[in-house]
Amino acid sequence: MSYQIIEKKEIAPSVHLMKIQASDVARAAKAGQFIILRIDETSERVPLTIADFDPEEGTVTIIFQEMGKTTKQLAKMSSSDGLQDFVGPLGTPADVRELGTVILVGGGVGIAPVYPQVKAYREAGNKVISIIGARNESLLILEDEMEAASDEFHVATDDGSKGHHGFVTDVVKEILDSGEKVARIVVIGPPILMKVAAGMTEPYGVETIVSLNPIMIDGTGMCGGCRVSVGGETKFACVDGPEFDAHKVDFNLLMNRLALYRDEESKCQENHDHKCTCRGEN
Amino acid sequence: MVDRQAMPLQDPEERAHNFDEVALGYSDEQALAEASRCLECKNPKCVDGCPVNIDIPGFISCIKESDFDGAIETIKLTNTLPAVCGRVCPQEVQCELHCVLAKKGEPVAIGRLERFCADYERKKGVTPPQRSESTGKKIAVIGAGPAGLTAAADLAKAGHAVTIFESLHDTGGVLTYGIPEFRLPKAIVKEEVEYIKQLGVDVKVDYVIGKIKTLDELRTEFDAVFLGTGAGLPKFMGIEGENLNGVYSANEFLTRVNLMKAYQFPDYDTPIKRGKKVVVVGGGNVAMDAARSALRLGADEVSIVYRRGEEELPARREEVENAKEEGIIFRLLTNPTRILEGENMTVNGVECINMELGEPDESGRRSPVPVEGSEHVVDADVVIIAIGTSPNPMIFSGSEGLETNSKGTIVVDESGRTSIDNVYAGGDAVTGAATVISAMGAGKIAAQAINEYLSK
Repeated sequence: MSYQIIEKKEIAPSVHLMKIQASDVARAAKAGQFIILRIDETSERVPLTIADFDPEEGTVTIIFQEMGKTTKQLAKMSSSDGLQDFVGPLGTPADVRELGTVILVGGGVGIAPVYPQVKAYREAGNKVISIIGARNESLLILEDEMEAASDEFHVATDDGSKGHHGFVTDVVKEILDSGEKVARIVVIGPPILMKVAAGMTEPYGVETIVSLNPIMIDGTGMCGGCRVSVGGETKFACVDGPEFDAHKVDFNLLMNRLALYRDEESKCQENHDHKCTCRGEN
Repeated sequence: MVDRQAMPLQDPEERAHNFDEVALGYSDEQALAEASRCLECKNPKCVDGCPVNIDIPGFISCIKESDFDGAIETIKLTNTLPAVCGRVCPQEVQCELHCVLAKKGEPVAIGRLERFCADYERKKGVTPPQRSESTGKKIAVIGAGPAGLTAAADLAKAGHAVTIFESLHDTGGVLTYGIPEFRLPKAIVKEEVEYIKQLGVDVKVDYVIGKIKTLDELRTEFDAVFLGTGAGLPKFMGIEGENLNGVYSANEFLTRVNLMKAYQFPDYDTPIKRGKKVVVVGGGNVAMDAARSALRLGADEVSIVYRRGEEELPARREEVENAKEEGIIFRLLTNPTRILEGENMTVNGVECINMELGEPDESGRRSPVPVEGSEHVVDADVVIIAIGTSPNPMIFSGSEGLETNSKGTIVVDESGRTSIDNVYAGGDAVTGAATVISAMGAGKIAAQAINEYLSK
């Protein structure tokens, strides 16, 4: 069984969009869920939050940034290739319902998983304010799509090359300070961004949700590798999450566990590069 | 009478550093000698001890006549996974426990003989099974582990169209992700699954029931459903330090090693922390597997920490002996109280307390109580928690009316029927974590019940 890649493009430097034929997953997918893919027999299982899905076409879109060996390998694949495994939809869907005004924040490659939620919250009858941010303008993704799907749209860049000069959290703070009644804030991005956002929104007492992507293997509750601490309780992100109350998440533990295999990751990359060089010489 | 034939084993010092199979299997001569010990009782008690009722004297008498083909045929009448069972069944508490020879001496080594026959057939090439005439009935089996595979095989043999749905990318369930290569080579599991596919069973991997489709949907699409979803949810102790880097559930540790082949890292991409001093908490077969795997990954010292005594170790005696031979340290009557934190939230030892056995508890085992003031620290950089698993609840989302009990296991009657009309279940999902063979036995019983249900 192979899952065909039917579209692949680089949408920002080192950030790739991939549309995959996976009808069963596409039919069942809901905003907030994730998939696990495996490129080939020797690959690891990589969890990625679903960026878009089309039940009619039977496709699921993922967006990833080149980080370690697997994502770099994935980046080299093209639309004629297939993935050996593509499992999903996994995790509990986002709790989307009519609440009033909802702010959705996407940081960096975290903009991708926010996009289906923007659509879902709007469809559920909410006023949707979207805020996307990245280090600089070239790293902003899905700008047009997000703008089109939102009632109100903001951009922030760390270097000021586009939109607000600063962090997405500054924009959130401005909105909260303006007196706008916000029912919920959803933040997806690097753990440090989610941590800062959680700290920022807490004094305002606005419900804040984050989507966590810790290290995991099976994604069905079997390994317990993805355990996170929420409100002092251990939860498995794959089945209890991936979304949790931001004000209760122990982000330091999350970040520490994400760094668990840093040495091994570089070793794996070196081994791969070495093999590629050897093959190149033959 | 000749003595019970010892199983040839890889040298302990050598095997502690490789993942090759430890038990090497009988030679033809050993098999003949061992088979000659069987008295072929008129009323064989051994068969009663076998959850899948193999005609044990029948296959052994074939071996006696060097008719190895006849022997494996006899086994396969009731057991579709003989190469697996010959390796991992706890025969000492099943067939061999009931052998009349066991009354005065050592029982016939039934398990080793079963393995011999299965290996004989594998070497010469497995004869593809005959497909049965179609009944036109469709059955969904959830989970490609021992229970599901056995149920699927029996149902396919009866002529039903069987589809197995498996959530992982590979088949075998615990045989693939749990039991290590050195005890059960994965090539063997693959071949046995291949045989089941040849019976006409369709296997869909990467297919998560409860997510892609619910049980409610499946049971309308299929004439009957068998749930063999196992007990895959790891238990933790709830002590301080359990989320530190370097603490694994046995499930995660073994899945990384076995399913993802982390022992071949970096040729395989999945990493694992190779601890220098590893503590494994628990005393069952899973704990032994984890400890022996950690040793093979290069640990200098691996210890089992278990709160009861040697007598109470739930692991098979053979596995305990193998582990000891390889140098695993047994810290018995010891219980962890917290995991100590080192730099960057890593493990820096385990604080343990000594235990003594008190009054018997409801299970009849004497319950351990802590000895006050006996706290001490065991050096460790990796800790593996192997204190059991409970059923994975994912299957229950979208399963209206499926009755479960307080432990999360599925409630069934003696034929494996659940509270839903055309849904059956068996294996660890029903019993909680148990053995491969008991799951297979349950799969068999449920398959029989499904046959009867469908012929109504």
